[in-house]
Formats: sequence, structure tokens, C-alpha cells
Amino acid sequence: MKRLGKYTILFERCPAILGHAAVGGKKEAEGPLARDFDQTFLDSYLAQESWEKAESTLQTEAASLAIRKAGLEKQAVSMIFAGDLLNQCISSTFGLRNMEIPFLGQYGACSTMAQTLAMSAIMVESGAANYACAVTSSHFCTAERQFRTPLEYGSQRTPTAQWTATASGSAVLGMGRGIRVRHVTIGRIKDFGVTDVANMGAAMAPAAAQTLLDFFTDTATKPADYDRIYTGDLGEVGSSLLHELMQENGVKLENHQDCGLLLYDCALQDVHAGGSGCGCSASVLCGHILNRMERGDFKNILFMATGALMSTTSSQQGESIPGIAHLVHLQADS
Amino acid sequence: MVQKASPRSPVFMDCLLAFLFGGAICTLGQAIANLFMLMGLTLKDARTGVSIVLILLSATLTAFGVFDDIAKHAGAGTLVPITGFANSMVSPAMEFKSEGFVTGLGAKMFVVSGPVLVFGISASVIYGIILFIIGLFQG
Repeated sequence: MKRLGKYTILFERCPAILGHAAVGGKKEAEGPLARDFDQTFLDSYLAQESWEKAESTLQTEAASLAIRKAGLEKQAVSMIFAGDLLNQCISSTFGLRNMEIPFLGQYGACSTMAQTLAMSAIMVESGAANYACAVTSSHFCTAERQFRTPLEYGSQRTPTAQWTATASGSAVLGMGRGIRVRHVTIGRIKDFGVTDVANMGAAMAPAAAQTLLDFFTDTATKPADYDRIYTGDLGEVGSSLLHELMQENGVKLENHQDCGLLLYDCALQDVHAGGSGCGCSASVLCGHILNRMERGDFKNILFMATGALMSTTSSQQGESIPGIAHLVHLQADS
Repeated sequence: MVQKASPRSPVFMDCLLAFLFGGAICTLGQAIANLFMLMGLTLKDARTGVSIVLILLSATLTAFGVFDDIAKHAGAGTLVPITGFANSMVSPAMEFKSEGFVTGLGAKMFVVSGPVLVFGISASVIYGIILFIIGLFQG
């Protein structure tokens, strides 16, 4: 492992994704990626008493499944990096409290999947962990009640609003063959001055453009060198802004797809500008994307999850929304 | 740049739907009032009855999870009449029940309607004082 350019980490041993799993809720099961989920739950409570407990269960299920699919026992996992959107990351701590795996909580809003994946890869590469697990989750109902209004409150959503996914995704990394982590670029916080919390795609787009440009500069590559470039949860507004910002820097994005737009059928499922939440990019990566890579549809991809780093307090105090984006370069062994 | 990329709310359609739904609720209210008066209530009592019926109706629809589906289309049409106020009390009460009756339901029940009450009551006090002062000069 060594530093490449100013912001990128180059992996030499290249940890592989040994197991991965995606779980989702009812709306996700009705979406275009239904078949890529390992498990879906039709009951938004997942037979629990509260939505918070339901989200914790999503994380328990995703992490357990990924560990099992990696052919490991829980005790073999050296470290687990987990995160979610709730205050003090309670979905992660409560969901994983019975796992008996050394735990490090992470917060990067909707970018957390890339963050936990990057941390796991660094730990395995360095030898600090034999196997490391990355897991994140989100739940529409817990996010709505923490960030917005009560669920049954009769209000209208703006066309730029995104829909928090009820989902969780998990990946287990270790040394082996398969899909490997080649590079990681840790993003810098970028604030575009957007204050509208119903337009988070716009707030995150500049951070996404910045990280992507940093990665291309550090590795001396261009978008066409990769089969696909996936962003996490920019939605329709953020995606078109990303294209515009990249164009301004002379980079044309032709192979870009956004997890928030893949997870749902935006017009049919009434999700406005697309999906969002830690569970959105996590479940799309650990379900759809990795499945496609394993089938051999493509070999070389960039996964960049983006996050809006605000809280209800900062928004009520009139602060703008700082964005963040972390990038993970994945390549399948031939 | 952000504004250019962000689609705007369909204001005309929103206004039209709000007008139709709001109008329908008011027509329903008038029908209930007429019914009460036919049954022998005075105009004042019938109006009170209308409020009670509409509040009950929207609270019930909220409890069954239907209100927000209607409001998604109706917007200000369901928000502005008394139906919106009932929904703003019942929805947090339902939601925060998981945090207990006192710290959850009781404390969070006014989370949406609280500001309306504070500023509504404050405005009525100021209005009362102004009316009182005018009354002094006229008297």
C-alpha cells in the first residue's frame, strides 16, 4: 500500500471482496433491482416494535449473510466498520451488538458505504485485519422521522427530493481472489452553498466531481479506462450537475450511472429525484454491481458514494450543506 | 447552476388541486352544517359540529394512513382547513408513541402544530389589545 499522487491510496496486495449481501424493504423489492437482493422484507417493521429496531435488523441480516457467503464464521472477522444515518449511529451499534466482532462506527452520511469499504480494505492490506467487514443501512421511516416530518403528516415533496432507501448492504474483505480493491481516494469536504435540504443531490455533486477529478489526476487515467463509474445517490439533479461540472473541467462522463437512479423506477415508484440513504448505494453495490461483476458483465469499475454532511440543527440554523465523496476502484481478476 | 438543474414544483397544477380539494372540503363542511341545522341546531352550534366532524374525519384518515396519500396531491387543499391542523397533531402523536406516552406522545404531539398555536395565540392577544385601545378612544 502506498500513496499515489495527492489524494489516492494504491493497493499492492489488493484485498478481495470475499462475500457480499444486500437486503431491502418492500419498495426496493418492487423496483428494477429486486432480483439482486439476497433478501427482501415486505413488512416495514421487520416484525420489530420500532422502525429503529427494524433498521438494526436489516444490518444484522446483511452483515451475517455477507460473512456466511464469504465462507467464514463471525469469530474469524477481525474488524467491522459500520454506519447509518441515525443519531449516534444506533442502527449499527444495536444491530451488531451481539456479533462479538471488534467494532468501529463510521459516519459519512450517504457516503458511508465507500468509507467503510475503504477502511476495511486499508486494514486488510496493512495486515491489521485478516478479514474486515463493511456494512451500512438506512430505513425510510427512521430517516423521515429524524430529518423531516412524521410519516403520516400530509405534506408535499418537491421534485428535487430523494427517497431514503430501506436497505442494507455488506461486504467482507480479505486476501483472496475475485473482485479486488485497487485504489481508494478519500474525498475532501466541499460546500456548494446549497441550503435546500430537499435538494441534496445538488449539494453533493461538487464533492463528487472533485473526488473524481482527484482520482483521474492521481492515477493518470480517464473515464473511458473504466467499464462503469457508479456514484451513490446523486439522483437526477445531482447527476446532471456532476456531468456539467466534469464537462467544465474537460472530462466527459459517458459510462456513469447513479445508484439512486438504479434502485427505483423514478416515475412509476414516485420517488421524485431518486433514492438516497446509506443503504441505497450499499445495497446497489453489494447486490446489483458486484453480481454483475461476478457474472463478467464488467471487470473494472469505480464506486463513489456521496454524502450530505448536515444535521437538522445545522439546517435550522441556516447553514449550507457540505458534501463529501469517497471513491473505491474495484477490479475483477481475469 | 443548481437552479437550472433542479426541476421546479408544478405550481399551476398544485394550485388547481389545492383549490379543488380545499373547495371540496369546504363544501362538505357546508353540507354537514346544513344537515345539523335541519336536525334543529342553531347556526352557531352547527358550525361547532362541523369542526368536530372534520377533525374526527381527518384524525381517523391519518390513523388509517390515508391522509398523507390524499395530501400528497391536495397540498394546501388539505393543509389550510381544520383538517390539516388535526393531521399535524395526530401524525406526530402516532409516530412518537414508540418513545413513551410522556416523553414521546405527550412531548412531541405539538412538534408541527406548536408554532401555529404560539403565533396564532400571540397574534390574537395583540389584536385584542389593539381593539381594547381603539375601544378606549371611542368610549
